Amino acid sequence: MDMNVPQDPALKSKKKRSLKRVFANWQAYLLILPALLTTGIFHYYPFYGIQIAFKNFKNSRGIWGSAWVGLKHFKNMIDTMDISVIWNTLSISLYSIAVFPCAVIFALMLNEVRNMKFKKTVQMVSYAPHFISSVVLVSMIQCFFQRSNGLVNNVIELCGAERIDFLNIPQYFASMYVWSGVWQNVGWDAIVYIAALAGVSSDQIEAAKIDGANRLQVVWHVNVPHILPTVVTLLIMRTGSVLSVGFEKIFLMQTPLNLEASRVLSTYVYEMGIQKGRLDYATAVGLFNNLVNVAILLIVNTVSKKLSETSLF
Amino acid sequence: MAEHAMLSKKKNIVKESSSDRVFSFVVHAFLVLVMLVMIYPLYFVVIASVSDPFDVVNGRVFLWPVNFSLDSYKHVIDSSSIWVGYKNTIINTVIYVTYSLCITIPAAYVVAKPNLPGRRLLNLFFLITMFFGGGMVPTYLMYKEFGLLNTRWSLILTATSCYNMIVARTYFSTSIPESLYEAAEIDGANEFTCFFRIALPLSGSIIAVIALFVASGSWNSYYNALLYIRDQSLYPLQLVLRDILINAANAFQNIETSSADQDVYEQALRLTYLAESMKYSIIFIASFPMLALYPFVQKYFVKGVMIGAVKG
Repeated sequence: MDMNVPQDPALKSKKKRSLKRVFANWQAYLLILPALLTTGIFHYYPFYGIQIAFKNFKNSRGIWGSAWVGLKHFKNMIDTMDISVIWNTLSISLYSIAVFPCAVIFALMLNEVRNMKFKKTVQMVSYAPHFISSVVLVSMIQCFFQRSNGLVNNVIELCGAERIDFLNIPQYFASMYVWSGVWQNVGWDAIVYIAALAGVSSDQIEAAKIDGANRLQVVWHVNVPHILPTVVTLLIMRTGSVLSVGFEKIFLMQTPLNLEASRVLSTYVYEMGIQKGRLDYATAVGLFNNLVNVAILLIVNTVSKKLSETSLF
Repeated sequence: MAEHAMLSKKKNIVKESSSDRVFSFVVHAFLVLVMLVMIYPLYFVVIASVSDPFDVVNGRVFLWPVNFSLDSYKHVIDSSSIWVGYKNTIINTVIYVTYSLCITIPAAYVVAKPNLPGRRLLNLFFLITMFFGGGMVPTYLMYKEFGLLNTRWSLILTATSCYNMIVARTYFSTSIPESLYEAAEIDGANEFTCFFRIALPLSGSIIAVIALFVASGSWNSYYNALLYIRDQSLYPLQLVLRDILINAANAFQNIETSSADQDVYEQALRLTYLAESMKYSIIFIASFPMLALYPFVQKYFVKGVMIGAVKG
């Protein structure tokens, strides 16, 4: 368990010593106890409830007392769940991952600014949207993109074009979701890259300049390779949630008319479980979602370890 | 001599080639554009909230308030549900931040200790929570079983974020030199003394960062409340906002389609206009606290995000 215990010749005395060390550290364990308890209860205890994914859950009989039904709910899911739910989840999620260069480009550009006052101002402004809630963000989207009186449509009409019902036409849904996310988080996501860029050695830049590189070439051949490992690491982390799209914002953006494009796994689970009361079935869908995510994360992590020696664990 | 120096300085400036000047111009122009895109929607909310509703709806507000009026604010201030939400959110946020800090900071201090027996196992215990959870329904059933549904505590008693713990752990293991603890231990200090007298006084900045992360998360979330709270008097601000802002969104479309009677139509229209501009003032009132707060903590949270990213 612990790598730092010195190798003793006799196993018995080693065991005794490590036990002694555990006791010697009782105060440390006491300090971590609240975290262990709360995590144990509020994160691990619900694992016990996952079993209803394989049961016919009856409220009166409780989690333990309900009868087993095997993989019925999973079969049911394959038979009845609209495949568009998975497709929507996957496409919206991949779309959100695909816009990652926005934050990278923003950071690279900011890094080229020499005037510190300007740089600081841009940075501070770019964090602001990160601090508004998804409820406020979505209602802002609605205010701006409404067909009858939203600002964007007013401008479109001024330009002589037809008003567009952005909020209800399914084809626009993914773009509205993803680009409002870019607006909200590009500054925040860039922090990591800006920090990484601070580590580029000035010697390297000087050397490139002496070799006749212009500033764009310096950015491309020195700065970009420098932050590449950070980019890759963050991308791997994102793939771990490729089959889950955050519930909060998407649920708010749903309207009856755009549902065919906006129903994703997390909102489907809510709809089935909380709204329609099919708790066992919803648990099965949630479990499927979670397992696929973990599997994808592990696969991507292994592949990336082999290919680029960058990995999470 | 001086002339020579000036000359070489001039030469240095000239060295910036024309392609580099174009590059620099493009970068600056682009960043100014980005800044405008970031700030304009927020600015528009402010000017729309103090303009005449009629002008807002008819698209006459672009760059500055039109027919300045504070009517919508008066109506919002009269609405009790917003204040109930505000009160609930403040109470929840204060308790939740305290709860999170009391759990996260000592735990992070402990897992940062390099020689603690079982450290890897403890780290694993917390790390798993980032990738696998019970899911929406089992968690809901747990709160139901504990009798916490429809109480404030369902929003407060949760597993604290593992991400924040990693941030704090990295801070402890990189920013506080091990020799400080060793010296104290020679003087007979125990673990509690090391934590409360050495580590804690040195970690003000990381505590501020995590407090901000947790506070803004708690202030802005509505997910838990949506699932666990039925009683309107316990609604946090975001859930109240959702009811007012999002669920009333299609009021206009309803009017457009169902407008047989002229009188009813006009009255409904007037109300809708007011509701429309109230939205902007509500958005302003709800977002102002966090937007006013973050610039002051900015230099800390930048540090926090960086620390967090290093250790993923």
